[in-house]
Amino acid sequence: MDPYVTPESTPEHSASSRLKNYFIGVTPLQRRLESVKKQTSFVSTPPRRKIPQCSQLEEDVDPQKVAFLLHKQWTLYSLTPLYKFSYTNLKEYSRLLSAFIAAEKQKGLAVEVGEDCNIKVIFSTLLGMKGTERDPEAFLVQILSKSQSQSENREGKALWTGWFCCVFGDSLPETVSEDFTCLPLFLANGAESNTAIIGTWFQKTFDCYFSPLAINAFNLSWMAAMWTACKMDHYMATTEFLWSVPCSPQRLDISYAIHPEDAKALWDSVHKTPGEVTQEEVDLFMDCLYSHFHRHFKIHLSATRLVRVSTPVASAHTDGKIKILCHKYLIGVLAYLTELAIFQIE
Amino acid sequence: MSSQKRNKNSKAQDRTSQGRNSFQTDLSAWTVKQGPSNSDSILKHGQANPMEDYELANDQAEDDLQIAVGYFEKGPIKTSRNKDEIFEKHLKTVENVAWKNGLAPEEIDILLNVALSGKFGNAVSARILKCMIPTTLISEDSVVKAVSWLCVGKCSGSTKVLFYRWLVAMFDFIDHKEQINLLYGFFFASLQDDTLCPYVCHLLYLLTKKENVKPFRVRKLLDIQARVGMQPHLQALLFLYKFFVPTLISVSLPLRKKIYFKNSENLWKTALFAVRQRNKGPSPEPLKLMLGPANVRSLKRKWNSHSIIPMLNSSSYTKECGKKELSLSDYLSSNGSFPIEQLQSFTQLLQNIHCLELPSQMGSVLNSSLLLHYINLVKDESVLLRLYHWLSQTLQEECIWYKVNNYEHGREFINFLDTIIRVQCFFQEGFYSCEAFLYKSLPLWDGFSCRSQFLQLLSWIPFSNFSEVKPLLFDHLAQLYFTSTIYFKCSVLQSLKELLQNWVLWLSMDFHIKPVMTSPLETTLGGSMDSVSKLIHYVGWLSTTAMRLENNSTFLLHFILDFYETVCDIYINYNLPLVVLFPPGIFYPALLSLDSSILNQLCYIMYRYRKNLSAAKKNELVHKAKSEFNFSSKTYQEFNYYLTAMFGCLWTSRPFEKGMHLDPKTLEKAGVTEYKNSLNLVYHPSLLSYAVSFLLQESPEERTINMSSIRGKKWNWYLDYLFSEGLQGLKLFIRSSIHRSVPRSESINYNNQH
Repeated sequence: MDPYVTPESTPEHSASSRLKNYFIGVTPLQRRLESVKKQTSFVSTPPRRKIPQCSQLEEDVDPQKVAFLLHKQWTLYSLTPLYKFSYTNLKEYSRLLSAFIAAEKQKGLAVEVGEDCNIKVIFSTLLGMKGTERDPEAFLVQILSKSQSQSENREGKALWTGWFCCVFGDSLPETVSEDFTCLPLFLANGAESNTAIIGTWFQKTFDCYFSPLAINAFNLSWMAAMWTACKMDHYMATTEFLWSVPCSPQRLDISYAIHPEDAKALWDSVHKTPGEVTQEEVDLFMDCLYSHFHRHFKIHLSATRLVRVSTPVASAHTDGKIKILCHKYLIGVLAYLTELAIFQIE
Repeated sequence: MSSQKRNKNSKAQDRTSQGRNSFQTDLSAWTVKQGPSNSDSILKHGQANPMEDYELANDQAEDDLQIAVGYFEKGPIKTSRNKDEIFEKHLKTVENVAWKNGLAPEEIDILLNVALSGKFGNAVSARILKCMIPTTLISEDSVVKAVSWLCVGKCSGSTKVLFYRWLVAMFDFIDHKEQINLLYGFFFASLQDDTLCPYVCHLLYLLTKKENVKPFRVRKLLDIQARVGMQPHLQALLFLYKFFVPTLISVSLPLRKKIYFKNSENLWKTALFAVRQRNKGPSPEPLKLMLGPANVRSLKRKWNSHSIIPMLNSSSYTKECGKKELSLSDYLSSNGSFPIEQLQSFTQLLQNIHCLELPSQMGSVLNSSLLLHYINLVKDESVLLRLYHWLSQTLQEECIWYKVNNYEHGREFINFLDTIIRVQCFFQEGFYSCEAFLYKSLPLWDGFSCRSQFLQLLSWIPFSNFSEVKPLLFDHLAQLYFTSTIYFKCSVLQSLKELLQNWVLWLSMDFHIKPVMTSPLETTLGGSMDSVSKLIHYVGWLSTTAMRLENNSTFLLHFILDFYETVCDIYINYNLPLVVLFPPGIFYPALLSLDSSILNQLCYIMYRYRKNLSAAKKNELVHKAKSEFNFSSKTYQEFNYYLTAMFGCLWTSRPFEKGMHLDPKTLEKAGVTEYKNSLNLVYHPSLLSYAVSFLLQESPEERTINMSSIRGKKWNWYLDYLFSEGLQGLKLFIRSSIHRSVPRSESINYNNQH
């Protein structure tokens, strides 16, 4: 009878996805914010994604730099657009950041900008590390220690490395304005305290905001499926899943390792649409793994929590840690991470 | 330049104005100007003034002071017999006057010279310096002259220290500082002296302008730092340098440092207070940069920020980045810009609004009421975008039910939300970040934490299409609403009332500013009205169901009727073509309520509905063309139905003749055969006590009260009695609907024009 019968609770993502531009600019501030609102279209999880491919742009990437990014564990952050960031000022930023770090490390002691301190900060671009021409250039920040015994042409030990990138950031609102640089994905390797100092400097300097980017089990399953689907010439690492059972006093972890070729065979059996991965296929793929496990161990993995996925392409942990192993699919992995980061900042 | 020439009757007040208006120290010119005050004093002496004694004493003191100053200026008279005694007497005089009324600029000028020339020795210099208290102001030239003595090397280290302390303490009373600033280099060089260093640092801290910050000075300061270590005074000066030119120097302040300078003012504390009192008015509290504990909160957080909302910092950092070669115009413009850290008053904001430096982190404006004015005006979209991004992320990051429960953190988050709500009230509109935050977090809300803040945020949701917001927001809210206590229900209704008020206010403003809307979805006012009416119907549904759940609670009904007090007046108050009536589920419980205030509120709402509908009808007749917003006849019918029901019950004692059939047998079983008048103004359960009081008032001795006696004339008196008891809603309702000329209740001609 009542017209307002509460409907069944909506699935997690679709609730926000329905948020569209239904706003009327009324007062002046609102009208100005209207454009902001237009950009607030929440990214929903699309039912299908492309299987990562080698993109042409990747050809320009400096192989040495790519090698540098691979096989390292990166902690993921999402980052709101940088205000007034300029690629022409990278040298200047190096000077300022190194002085800032030095000043932070010795609280209260003033440090002259450009003064010789025992660390070196290098800003450099990662040319070609992007999906489309419209993506802004990725850049790398390295903190190196200057050891006394350092020889002339050898750089010191890397204390901390971080990089900012945007790969296929098309779902981002048509570029905000020329004052902003959208590099929603930030990856850091090094001491957390250093990340905090450097993040603070970026937040103060470019009015941006870093948030840790966690990967939930839902997205981990997607990663498992997409990365298994990648064609490999030869497999270097195994495919491994880690489930966590919350029980006291110590939690129980269940590791499930499969030979990557078997995983691929399983995937091929559930995969229908060429070049694409659908939600249905992801679910089916995971269900097959669950039922196989159940047949042998009588444990319902679906009742536990997926916390880590390792494949020959990359491995990801729910805490927001990632290690990329295969250089061929680097861009593809970054594209999905960029998508997650964009989802978080909107 | 002889002090003897000076007029002995001159008054301190004259000197004050003198000191303020002219900046010369040429005493002869000053003396001439003092001439006319002679006549003043003569006049005064002629009067029989009770203040005369006081004046005389004052004059005497002035007199002595002149002699004393003259004495010090000329030096001790060698031939005098008891020279120590005289000397002491003069010094005492100066000290007394100085501490009592302060000294004129000229006297300070002379005595400073005396003190720093050191001709009476260290001890005397110190005593003189300690009493260099201005009446109101100190001339800049005196200070410059005094500084020149420092170069001669005649005064001892202790005198120098005292002089710098004096200078710092009196800094605000120096009339001009341009000349003194030219001596910046000299002061800076004095930093070398370790004993002077703290005081010179303090002086430089007060004196430094952006153009004083030079790379070689930065290097020098860093050298000193390397030599003496982390000294608070040095840190403060370095921090100021960093503030002016962040591209030259970087420093981060430790959290627990509190005092940066040794308190130079201690010696003159009471005197300074007195001078400020005398100066009160034009010279405000000295402008000092905010530093140290005021800005630092105790809780150290991750990412090195001390609180959720960042500190105000002007954005010179990014602006100067990459500009290695500054052009002349850059120099000019950078000098012209006004750092927000120094913004302390609204007048300052108005004067500098064209050259204000925006903060490097836009979120910091939330803590600055002045900058909020600015943000409200600014047309720059990037400002709003920065605020939007920051606020969205911060809300998401800080939201407590995403995290482990942490009391300390929870308090902080609540304070943060309170700040945002204050800002929204100031802007009179909600942030889109908050709206998006609600969409994301409301489904996860427990309905308990930050309840008041959450519901307030809800009431500031910008106007939107109700059908689209409903599944995102109201459906989740409804689940909590129905399963929570009556208090929660009341709070929700309260905030929905505020939401409705905000929406109709926006719409009414917008409708009258630009009748044709250019929005993507709702292109007509009709569409917007539809959205508002859906909201009202939704609240009607919430209310009806809650009434059932809460056993027709009076308390709840108050909140519901509050909502309808806004609803019934939309047409007239907001000039919007919308009248939505309440559902029967609200009307009947209110009509049959046991609480007279509910009945009164209902009458008031009916009265306002009537006013609104009449106005709408009138308008319809005038503008026939604007047919889009004509109300359906159903609204009028509904209203008339309610009206008839109310009159049937309260007035004509013929309740529910239409539309309701009571089986007489049922009534007989219940023992109520005479029910017809049991709901009229006399017998209505909420008014019965009034009727009894009324009758007792009429005839206090009566043992038995005859209720049916209230009729005819007495009925009218009874009405007046009810009105006098504060039932104003009832009064408005009856007065507007009934022609009082007709005496008998039976022949009421209630107005059924609709």
